[in-house]
Amino acid sequence: MSWTRKILRVDLSKGTCTSEPLNMEWANQYLGQRGLASKYLTEEVDPKCDALGPDNKMIMATGPLTGTMASTGGRYSVICKSPLTGAIACSNSGGFFGAELKFAGWDMIIFEGKSDKPVYLLIQDDKAELRPGDGIWGKSAWETDDILHQTHQDPQLRVACVGRTAEHGCLYAAVMNDKHRAAGRSGVGTVMASKNLKAVAVRGTGGIGNVHDAKAFMAATNDGKAVLAENAVTGQGLPAYGTQVLMNVINGVGALPARNMRDVGFEGAENISAEAMAEPRKSDGKPNLTTNGACFSCTIACGRISTVDPSHFSVKDKPEYQGASGGLEYEAAWALGADTGVDDLDALTYINFLCNEDGMDPITYGATVAAAMEMFEDGTITTKETDGIELKFGSAEAFVAITEQFVTGEGFAADLGMGSKRLCEKYGQPDLSMTVKGQEFPAYDPRGIQGIGLAYATSNRGACHLRGYTIASEVLGIPVKTEMNDTDGKAELVKAFQDATALVDSAGLCVFTTFAWGMDNIAPQIDAACEGDWSVENCLETGERIWNMERLFNEAAGFTADDDKLPKRLLKEVIKHGPTEGQVNRLGEMLPKYYEARGWTADGKIPDETRQRLSL
Amino acid sequence: MNVSIEFYASLMKYLPPGKSRFRREIKVDDGLRLSRLIEQYHISPEEAHLVLVNGLFVCGEDRSERELVEGDVISIWPPVAGG
Repeated sequence: MSWTRKILRVDLSKGTCTSEPLNMEWANQYLGQRGLASKYLTEEVDPKCDALGPDNKMIMATGPLTGTMASTGGRYSVICKSPLTGAIACSNSGGFFGAELKFAGWDMIIFEGKSDKPVYLLIQDDKAELRPGDGIWGKSAWETDDILHQTHQDPQLRVACVGRTAEHGCLYAAVMNDKHRAAGRSGVGTVMASKNLKAVAVRGTGGIGNVHDAKAFMAATNDGKAVLAENAVTGQGLPAYGTQVLMNVINGVGALPARNMRDVGFEGAENISAEAMAEPRKSDGKPNLTTNGACFSCTIACGRISTVDPSHFSVKDKPEYQGASGGLEYEAAWALGADTGVDDLDALTYINFLCNEDGMDPITYGATVAAAMEMFEDGTITTKETDGIELKFGSAEAFVAITEQFVTGEGFAADLGMGSKRLCEKYGQPDLSMTVKGQEFPAYDPRGIQGIGLAYATSNRGACHLRGYTIASEVLGIPVKTEMNDTDGKAELVKAFQDATALVDSAGLCVFTTFAWGMDNIAPQIDAACEGDWSVENCLETGERIWNMERLFNEAAGFTADDDKLPKRLLKEVIKHGPTEGQVNRLGEMLPKYYEARGWTADGKIPDETRQRLSL
Repeated sequence: MNVSIEFYASLMKYLPPGKSRFRREIKVDDGLRLSRLIEQYHISPEEAHLVLVNGLFVCGEDRSERELVEGDVISIWPPVAGG
């Protein structure tokens, strides 16, 4: 088995770190990472608890393939109840932290209680201890990473931590690891900071020595890598252009939301696209894109490493931001760019640096600023609220200024840090919040693409593309093309994507592999690594079980079918021009079929027979 | 007649010289079929993964039947993905 069979339980109230055996019965039912940690959460946490109180727990969990030679096998997730949505949260990250945790001999860490003083957790193989965090509290995520490396004099140390925005109570703060990778969504970093836990630093020297069938695993992972290398998307497109290649695609098909989703189609899209990132700029002849980058064990390498034009107003007098750093990915480029109407690539790259440096989810941050911009333009808020900043759509200067202020926690930051739902409610404009269950949309307008609207509405963590990426089929033709504006078959499509993704997120693998891999490529890798039956059928049923378990957590937290909805704008305001002109999302046609496909009741509840079928 | 072509990502190399980042206005024969236009630029069927005419997807088997008309905008991408 590729589980270490060991959990580290950290009681922050008592200041203790204890080892306990992994529940293997649950591991065989929920695999690892997202599924297995969500099982622990549902068993140990009252879904009605205060997400920022000591009764919430935060779990950092690896999958059985994390740390192995399987391509992309470096993922870990952070699981807790979300302070942004009140629903179950699970945010997935790459980088190198997850693999290091596994090398140290741990499948997961469960944090419970709350420390009375700032602390960080230091793990050196099987030794774990809480240390005073005075020297890092109040620092950015980047400074924290640097300080911990200097303190422990170990370049191989891997750090996951929160930035200042989490300390200030921003409800969508991320857990940052390896400086540029993020467990980004739903405010998992805010939960970490609420426990006075600033960082986790880990060094593992044990490696992975417990693969169930090493020979079969070698064969299965090699087969998988060959498929990724030969596939045009994972072998060529993603390493060359990254996720940002979608900017022109989604704009071209008439589904790129702009200006708080008031518009569809963004005239500045090409200026902030992957192709623009690769162009030499006039000032110094260098492109925004410096190189691509890969996470642990990844053979795709989609990551963007970028530099801002040193003469650009945002960094001109700030040499510390003139070097290469984590660049724009598509969702961030959309939320920070098209959704705010800003098409200044350098400004967006700089703002993205700040999101990484101080750990906030750029999707929710960008969308919240976009909502504030719409309220500024309609006069709901004025320069009085924004501390003198003319917060107009399209203003790069205003966006840079408000972001620099935001990370300090001063002024309008408290309002923006609430997320768009609470912000718009505070100012009496609740319909201007583009959210599901309180979480902001990513970069695909569900008026133009029907299935993704259903995926958003039913996502267990609020609006999210990574819970069922039907864009692959509806736009990109992977594995087969479906019509964007059809609702027929979308219930089954969404269910299939949701279940498969839940399994991939529980394995330690990156969901981007599924642009090339089917479950018939993934299951043999898990089956070789782990004891037990990990056939394609069992993998898919495990994914379905995880999905339903998350739904049950949310149901117990108070969510109902009434929360499976989209904002009025997306159901009533038609797209005004372009290839999708006249369309709205037809959620009402799809939702009943979705409940039926899932074996749920007409009001979205999970009946006993479905629970029994899935052993829930 | 006049139509516009837009080639993106790795297909930009097939664009004739011009000022716009992606788009070229070109003259073609009346009634030119979409598949023939793609061939004229030496873009293989595997490379022409996502083909839009005026923003609407045209699948591989329909491209040989699709007659272009004045003012059409043809946008072509290789296999790409993200998210």
